[in-house]
Order: sequence, then structure tokens, then C-alpha cells
Amino acid sequence: MLKYFAKRAATATSSIVPWFPWRNPISSIASTTPLQRRNFCLGVLPDTLDRNTDAFVSNSETMEGVMSQLHSHINKVLGGGGAEALRRNKTRNKLLPRDRIDRLIDPGSSFLELSQLAGHELYEDSLPSGGIITGIGPIHGRLCMFVANDPTVKGGTYYPITVKKHLRAQEIADQCNLPCIYLVDSGGANLPRQADVFPDRDNFGRIFYNQAQMSAKGIPQIALVVGSCTAGGAYIPAMADESVIVKGNGTIFLAGPPLVKAATGEEVTAEDLGGAAMHCKISGVSDHFAEDELHGLAIGRNIVRNLYMAGNQGILRESPNALPDYKDPLYDMNELRSIAPTDHKQPFDIRAVIARIVDGSEFDEFKKLYGTTLVTGFARIFGRPVGIVGNNGILFTESALKGAHFIQLCAQRNIPLIFLQNIMGFMVGSRSEASGIAKAGAKMVMAVSCAKVPKITVIVGGSFGAGNYGMCGRAYSPNFLFIWPNSRISVMGGPQAAGVLAQIERSNKKKQGVEWTKEDEETFKSKVVETYEREASSYYSTARLWDDGIIDPADTRKVLGLSLSASMKLMAEETKFGVFRM
Amino acid sequence: MSLMASIIRRKIRTNHFLLTKNPFSSCSSEMKMNEPIEKILIANRGEIACRIMKTSKRLGIQTVAVYSDADKDSLHVKSADEAIRIGPPPARLSYLNSSHIIQAAHRTGAQAIHPGYGFLSESAEFAQLCEAEGLIFIGPPASAIRKMGDKSASKRIMGAAGVPLVPGYHGDEQDIDFMKLEADKIGYPILIKPTHGGGGKGMRIVQSPDEFVESFLGAQREAAASFGVKTILLEKYITQPRHIEVQIFGDKHGNVLHLYERDCSVQRRHQKIIEEAPAPNVKAEFRSHLGEAAVSAAKAVSYHNAGTVEFIVDTISGQFYFMEMNTRLQVEHPVTEMIVGQDLVEWQIRVANGEPLPLSQAQVPLKGHAFEARIYAENVPKGFLPAAGVLRHYDPVTVSSTVRVETGVEQGDTVSMHYDPMIAKLVVWGEDRNAALVKMKDCLSKFQVAGLPTNINFLQRLASHWAFQKGQVETHFIEHFKADLLNDPSDTTMTTEAYAAGLHALALVGACICEKEQVKSVESLHGSNNLNSIWYAGPPFRVHHLARRTMEFQWDFEYDSVSSNILRLDITYQPDRTYLVQTGDSNSPGMIIRVFHFGHHKFRVEADGLSTDVSLAVYSKESSKHFHIWNGKHHHHFWQNIGLELPTDDGSQHKPNLETTSHPRGTVVAPMAGLVVKILVKDGVKVVEGQPVLVLEAMKMEHIVKAPSTGYVNGLQVTSGQQVFDNSVLFSVKDE
Repeated sequence: MLKYFAKRAATATSSIVPWFPWRNPISSIASTTPLQRRNFCLGVLPDTLDRNTDAFVSNSETMEGVMSQLHSHINKVLGGGGAEALRRNKTRNKLLPRDRIDRLIDPGSSFLELSQLAGHELYEDSLPSGGIITGIGPIHGRLCMFVANDPTVKGGTYYPITVKKHLRAQEIADQCNLPCIYLVDSGGANLPRQADVFPDRDNFGRIFYNQAQMSAKGIPQIALVVGSCTAGGAYIPAMADESVIVKGNGTIFLAGPPLVKAATGEEVTAEDLGGAAMHCKISGVSDHFAEDELHGLAIGRNIVRNLYMAGNQGILRESPNALPDYKDPLYDMNELRSIAPTDHKQPFDIRAVIARIVDGSEFDEFKKLYGTTLVTGFARIFGRPVGIVGNNGILFTESALKGAHFIQLCAQRNIPLIFLQNIMGFMVGSRSEASGIAKAGAKMVMAVSCAKVPKITVIVGGSFGAGNYGMCGRAYSPNFLFIWPNSRISVMGGPQAAGVLAQIERSNKKKQGVEWTKEDEETFKSKVVETYEREASSYYSTARLWDDGIIDPADTRKVLGLSLSASMKLMAEETKFGVFRM
Repeated sequence: MSLMASIIRRKIRTNHFLLTKNPFSSCSSEMKMNEPIEKILIANRGEIACRIMKTSKRLGIQTVAVYSDADKDSLHVKSADEAIRIGPPPARLSYLNSSHIIQAAHRTGAQAIHPGYGFLSESAEFAQLCEAEGLIFIGPPASAIRKMGDKSASKRIMGAAGVPLVPGYHGDEQDIDFMKLEADKIGYPILIKPTHGGGGKGMRIVQSPDEFVESFLGAQREAAASFGVKTILLEKYITQPRHIEVQIFGDKHGNVLHLYERDCSVQRRHQKIIEEAPAPNVKAEFRSHLGEAAVSAAKAVSYHNAGTVEFIVDTISGQFYFMEMNTRLQVEHPVTEMIVGQDLVEWQIRVANGEPLPLSQAQVPLKGHAFEARIYAENVPKGFLPAAGVLRHYDPVTVSSTVRVETGVEQGDTVSMHYDPMIAKLVVWGEDRNAALVKMKDCLSKFQVAGLPTNINFLQRLASHWAFQKGQVETHFIEHFKADLLNDPSDTTMTTEAYAAGLHALALVGACICEKEQVKSVESLHGSNNLNSIWYAGPPFRVHHLARRTMEFQWDFEYDSVSSNILRLDITYQPDRTYLVQTGDSNSPGMIIRVFHFGHHKFRVEADGLSTDVSLAVYSKESSKHFHIWNGKHHHHFWQNIGLELPTDDGSQHKPNLETTSHPRGTVVAPMAGLVVKILVKDGVKVVEGQPVLVLEAMKMEHIVKAPSTGYVNGLQVTSGQQVFDNSVLFSVKDE
């Protein structure tokens, strides 16, 4: 067939008057007249934002409040363990963990910090950033996962959330093949909370298990001992592939001088017991001796430079699909701060978000006219192809089917998936149930669970009920999950839950023959609503590490670009789906 | 080089003096002519060698360079058609080695030797030797060199020719009492000077009769030591003199003319640094008197080729006196070339060919004004001491028909101790003195040299000084205006201003470094379609805050030479790709700087609404990284210490473990099993820490066992050839 056309084309071009009947049916028109054809500029999203409506203005104002609240929380967290602790840290000639990372990564490069607000209002004591800084940045062009204890926060000890954040960083590193750099400066497990830190599967011990597993996969594990590593902490450098220890500040021992004295009566200084000279010269626990912290960080950079192929298997250096030159979105990204929905009852078009995060605001929509409450389509972010799945309302059977179809397409083409969650849930009611919405939802969940492509989820509004599952919530292990500060997460809305619970309570009371006044019911309901409100907040989520961090809506494109770059793999992994219930 | 040559060629072509007719074509055909020179050996180095080659190339004459080992890669070697090594670095073994130079000329088939200035240029013996070897010496006849080389003799000849002389005594009678009488006759202050040599060596100024004897004996001693001849002459000392010299030229047909004068009054350490032509504040009548005197001086010794007659001018009386005649092409000849529009090297070659002078005295034009500033590697605050080092960054100003840069070095070259530390000559021409001066100041501010100290900043101040602007030059100018020209820490306004300018420059350095890094990393990644390029795109991203960085620099604040300042920069990457730079403490309001990088060291920065061109040179030397910035008329230098990767005296070095539990302190055990192959000290001998005591051989390698501390070797029982086991005691070192 092709051959035939090629022949035809060849004969056509060789004749004096070209003959292209399929292009120009009115061949009688003089060849000098330009052809009147419509040029389609496909996929460019229009600017549909009406900036003058009251709803827009009031939403902007509410969001301003949300953002300023966020910044005040962040500023507190960036201050670490407080002025006094910072001063003490400085007198020991130690840098702060974020400064340590800044000096490790390539000058002028970006650092994607994760879960800055972990541990936010989680314990009676404040625990800024959960006492540990994690994130991704490049060293000599190689992306690395950084895990840095904050010695100014409770002496860098591990609270349960500290452990969780450390493990989450390792999980990402494992999933994305990122060398791990541990900046160790920690007193080990927080002893008063040992029961929640020490024994369970995903507790302290898992850190070393992960180190062993990643090392086995060839993912480099590098420890820079810039402070103390006592007890369990001592295993971080000991388990590392290569380690550096700083003279004076760095110590590694299973038990510190006080415990040694108590146990054996031996009196010994920290430096002699587990200092840099001892470990580099005698015990061999550490490999590199650093004169001071900056020297240690320089050695750390050098180690990464010498990694060569380690852990490189499957990492995509160059993408055949990525365009080196990309366009910025046509519309102002800062407007996302006004677009972010604060009132989840108000519908809003997810395309306004897509238009502000994808290259050139170009979005090639798939099945635009079918199952319209789910928006699916192809776009590029910083030149890299992505498939986007976004909510535009409640999920119906058709929307779920469309979602499952689209996810299969992306899995087959090895296109990373971006989920933009603003989901109230699946449609309920007899008609919906009869249409097999549970079956349709299951198909979408099956597709999401099994698709072996990088997945990144951003919760931009509500994340309620099974919608959270179908849209690749935390349980579906997306490579990254970020949340906007205005977002809400819960199994259902507060008032709905209050209604359901009140009904059950009323029937219980009735059984017991207790009278339940209207006032009692209102108090009961408002309590439930209040609890739901509090627990649905993005801070509640991020404090517990249900996500990888609250992000500024205006940074969404950048954060997506960086996370995508970190999640790229060379070899398309073969996706194998389970049984789709038809 | 070919580029340079073409620039010169263009310069000549577009020169405002371009004579439509070849000035030499008028020579009559019946005149006896030598075989024209086709190949010249240049018995010199540096800028003058390059200068001579430029003209030679333009004339189609082949060039031969000679070089010492120190110069094997230098510009004059690369610029020449052929180059020959003539010896090791010391000048007396190379550039002063006449026989090697003559051999080089024969070997390459050069017919003529151009001596340049310095080295052999004023050696009558060398000129004679050339003649004897059948080579043309491009310069005056040996007889003239000899006559003018002896200062006393030259003055006698000049006196006889009617050239005015400084009142003084130039006789052979050297008796001290007689000399003192002569001195009294002349009147004080008086100058005592050896008859031979130069450069101010052995010179003494005597203010009153009672100082005479001591100064006289001192001058004699120094003269004897430096020149081997201790004859002394006496002269009236002129308190406010100007140094004005006349360029003369003669041909082999008895014609001599002058090409006006140059004022070279501004000197330091008796060496010129800024010269100009014509001399400022001089009447036409005086100028012609001076010229005539110079011509008669030259005629008195049957001079031909280029020469300079130096006069001392008493600014108070307006009298001028003959000082000496330099029988060579001078360093500062380009200022004359610029005002008369002639190429003096071409004249030299043509005259050497036997051609007559191209112009008559009346035909010599005089147009505009020219300056020459000599850019030296020298340490101005330390009394203009010569400096040496590597030109880590060298970007002289762009040359044009009115701006010349005569240089013999390139970036990366070394200015060595062996020779003159001059880096370049900056020559500018303007319609009048003011125009030329404006241009010179501009060029000086754009003349970029880094890696070694230079006098550029000093030259800038000199050129900007009110008295210099007015042309009130005299030989004590620098001494006189020292306070204005050198940094005076007591001047608080100047100090504050200079400090503020330094901080501003530092802020620009910080911003430029950040921008350059950004551009570099984007370039290195983007081209390969690297997936990680996004990590380097735009301002570095941080979640919910702006990326910041701190840089520390050291600065030798010129007003405070005692301590070097450590300055801190806090740089915040702004979302719009500008940089907020705060100097000193972070509470300072800081400055928003936008930077455009044009490539290499060139930037344009915008700070506080002001856009300026900025050049930033960065290089590492020893254990520090240096940053030089040029912005506007400022040039600043900052540096950072680089931490050494392997410090030599840290605790990580392997030392024998002294505190082994089973052995007393000071005991040295065998680090491994092996064979003792050598015992280096005897038992009981005192050793210092780290001193080798014995040598072990194990695993086919020798291991030196050293003394762990200073003390006396004790119990050294092992003998050569003995087998020792791991951890066995070898000896111990006891204190006392």
C-alpha cells in the first residue's frame, strides 16, 4: 500500500502539473491561488479564567490567607530548633542541615525538599520538619537523595515521624534509583518514645534493612558523619558503602562515654572512643578522614563523582521523547494561587490548572466528550511527555472507564502519569450502582495499581473516598505525592459523615430507649464535623507524611518537572494488569 | 601574529600621515646602495623584538628571533619566521652573548642585526664585531657609540660643538681636594656622577660642602664596583628639572634631522613611566632651538641611524643643557612615530640599507599629541619594586589607528626575574594633549592584567592628577605629589570611598560568579538533551524559600596594608533571575543585580538602574582562588583560600602507634615481618622526629622506619640482614 502511494507521489512530482486530487478537489482553480485551508492549532488550552467574578475575587482573598498561614508555618520550620540551638550548633563549627545540603549539591542547582512540615503539631514538643531534612538534588550532575539529621531539633534524635520520613526518603531513592547521602548527626532513637520507634517493621531497624537492600541493588549508600552517630545511628555509616567522618565533631560508637563508664567502668573521651582518627586509622568503620565539615562535604561530592555506573542501571540519561526546547505555559503560573479551590462545593475546571503547568499550555485531550467529569490527555512538562488525569467533578461510571482506558494507554506507551486530584468521590445512588460503578471504579483502581510508569499525584482540592484510590492516592505508591495547602483529605465530607453517624447513633439510642433531643443531635453532628475538618486539613496530612509535602500552587510545574526528572527510567517496565471485572 | 601584523598594516594604511608617495622612492639611482636587507636577526626579546618584526614583516623582510631558555615559548619567538636558542636565562649568557648571536645570524643567513634597546644596542664592540663579520648593524657607527658611551668624553665633544652643557667638571684630575674646589666653583647643590654606566647607579646629590667628601668617596666605590671605572664627574644640580629628549635621525650620506622632542620627566627610581610628545608647555622657538642643538650634537660624531639627545631643562631659568646621547632606538620611540606619522624602524632599516633620509627637516610633520604609558609588573606600594609572576589574565585594550599596544607577552606567559619587568607600552594619540590624555585614561582603565602586581592603577592616578593634566611635569613629579599618588590611610574620605567601591565590586563579583556557573551548567547539560538539565534551569529552586549562598573573600584593602579583610557575601537567588547581594552583615539592605554573561570574562551587570560592562578574571594559584574585576575605572582583586585536599600535618597521617599496650612509650615495633636491609643510625645517637632509622624490606618493597619523636635511640639490637617479625621491638626513642 505504502509502496503504491510512493509510486504515485513520484509520478505526480515528476509531471509538470502536480495532481493531488485528495487535497484539492476543485482542481479547476488556478494553481496561483493559495489554497483556502483551515490550520488547526490543536490542543492549546484557551484562557477561560474570568478574573472579575465575585467568586474568583473572594477565592483569591481566601487563598492569600491560606498562603500566608503556610509561609508563617514554613518560616518557623526553616529556623530549625530555635535560636539557642542554632547558636550552639554554630559554636561547634557545624552547619545547619540545609546549608550542608546546599554545599553538597552542584552550585546553582535546585533542591527538591520533601515533607518540610512533617511532625507539624504532631507532638506536644514542636519538631520542625520532623527533625530530619530529606530531598533530592544533583551532585556532579547525578541526582541523589539526601537524608540529613537536624542536630538543633532534639539533638537529632528519631521520633516516630523522623523514622517515617527517613524511610520514605529511602523508599523514593529505591523506587527512583537515587544514590543516598546520609548526613548523620543524631543521638539515635528518642528514648522516651522507643516503643513507637524501635520494634515494628517500619521502625528504626528498617533504615538499615533498606540500606542493605539498596546496596544490594547497586544503589550507592554514602554516609557523611558530621556529628554524633550513637547506638543504632552507628549502623548508618557502618552499613554505608563509603563513609566520611569529620575530625572533632564526628563520632561513631554503639555506646557513648557515659554508658561505657556505667557498663565497664572504662573512662574514655568521645574522640578516643569513636572519633575520626580512631575510625579511619584503627577500626576502619569510616573510610575518609575530614579535617572539618567543609572538607567532609567536599569529599562527599568526590565520592559521588567516582560512582560511575553504580546504581545507574535503568536511569535514563537522555530521553528520545523529550524535547530539549520547551515553551513555558501561556498563562501566569502565579494565578494558580487564585484558582486553587477553597470551597469544595464550587465546581471548577481542572483545565485552568493544566493550562498553567504544561508546556505551551498544550493539552491533547483524550475522549473529551465522554465521561466529562474526568479530564484525560497528553501534554509535556519541561519537554517530557506526560499523561494527565484530572478531576472535573464526581466520578461516574463512564469517567472511571475512560480513566482506566487512558491509564492503559500511558502504560503501553511508557508515558509517566500525572494525577490532579480534586475528587468528591464516586457517584452514589441506585442508578449509579446499577450502571456498575463499583465495577468501573475497580477497573480504574486496577489500572492505577498495575501501571508500571512513573506516577505523580498532586492533590489540588478535595480528596474524598474511593476517588482518592482511583486517582492514585498514597496507598497506590505514586513516586511522589504533593498537596496544595487548600486541600482536604478524608473518607467523606464532614457533614456527610456527621449525617451517617447521627443516623446510626439515633437508632442505637432508640434501641436503648434513650431520648435524643434535636440539640443533642446538633452537638453530636458539629463535633463530628469539627473532627473531620481538623483531620482533613492539608497540615494534618503532611504532618503524618500522607504526602511528600505541601507545595505552593505556583510551584506545581517546577515541582512536577523535578520529580519527573527524578523518576525517569530507561527501560519501560512491562505492565501486567490483573483481572479487570468486565 | 598575522592578525597583529594586519592591524599594524591597516594602521599604517589609515594613518593620518600616510604619504601618498613612498618617502624613500626619491632616492637617486646613482647613489651607491648596499644589497638591500632581506633577513634581519633581532638580538633582543619582548615587545621591542615584536615591534621590529611587525615592521620587517610589513616590508617583506624575514625575521630571526633569538631566545634564552626562559623565553622559549614567548611571543617574540612565535612571531619570528625563524628562532634560535642562544643560551640559558641569564642575559650575559644569552642576549649579551655576542658570539652566539653572530653565529645565529650566520646560521640563518641574516644579513643584518637589529639590537633593539638595552642588551647589546649600545655596545660599540658588538657593532664593530658585526661589521667585521660582514653583518649590517642596524644602528649608529661603532665610533659614535663609543664616543657617546663615555659621558665625560661626550660632553667634551658637545661643548666643542657648541651644544649647551650643564656647568660642571668633566676632567681627568680626580683628586678629592681639587674636585671639591671645582664643586665650590660650580655652586651647590651639586651632582656627583660616575662617567660610565647609567640607571642612577653611583649618583649622589650634595646639598652643602660638608657632605661632599663622604658622597664623593661613596660614588667612587659604587662606580668601581658596578662599572669598573671610578672616574667621577661633577655637575650643577638642577632642582626643578625636566627631562626632554630629541629624536634625531641621520643617514649614511651626512644628513641629520630631528623628529621633535619627547618629555620623559615623569620618572620613578630614575626610570621613565609616562612619556609624551611633543613636550607640553614649550614654545615653538624653544622647540627649534632644542632640535638644532640635537642635530649639531649628532653631526659632531658623524651620526647615522636613530638616536636620542637628552637634555635637562631648568624649569626656573628656562635653560637647557646637553645630558647624554642614547645611540639606539628608545623605548618611547612610538610617541614620536605617532606625532610625525613615520615608522622609525622602517627608517632604521632603510638607512642601514644606505638609503638617504626620506624627508627634509622642513618636511617633518608635527600633528597632535601622543602619550606612552609603560605598564610594569611592579609593586607600587613597596617602592615600585619589580615583580615577577604569571600573567593569569591579560586583556589589553583594543588597538586602533590612535591606540597602540606594544607588548611581548600573552596570557599565560611568565614575567621572569631575568629581564625587565615591562609588560606592555600603551601608546595613544589625540588631536591635542587633552584629547590624548582622555584617551589614555580610558585605555588604562580597560587594560586588564591579573596574576601579578602592576602599576596600572598608579598610572591612572598619575594621568588624572591635576598637575599632570596641566603639563606641569618635572623629574621630581612623583616624589613631589607622592601623597596624592599613593594611598594615604589618613585620608578618611578617600578611604571610605575606596572601601565602598571595593564592596560594590565584590557584590558584582558574587553575582557574576553565580551567573557564570548557571550558564556553564546549563550549557554543559542542555546540549546533550540531558534529563537533569531542569535541575540547573533558572534560579535554583527551593521549596517555599529562595536559594541562598554565602561566599567569603579576602581583600587587601590598599588603604590598610597591614591586615587583609575577610568579607562575606550573602547572595539570594531571586525568582526573576536577579541576585540580591548583601555584603558584610545580612541586615544590610543589599543590592539587586542582574547579570548578562557574554562569554569568557565579559559581563554586563545592572545594579540599581545602572548598567555597566564588567570583566571578571578567575584563576587559581597555589592554595587560593583569585578574582579580578574591572568595572568602570575600578579594578579590584579578591581571593579565597582553597582548602587543601590532603593537608600535610593532620592527624590522619599514619604514624607508628606509640601507645601499644604491651610496650613502653617510645618503643618502635616492626610494622610487618621483613628483612632489615639497612641501619641508618647507631644506637645511642640523637635523632629528630621523623628521621629514618632503619630500612626494612618486605614483600619486595622497602619500608623506612622513622623515629617517632626526638630523642636518643635506645636498644637498637637488630643488624642488617636480620629477619624481624611483625610487631617485634626494633628500638625505642628516649627523651633527654
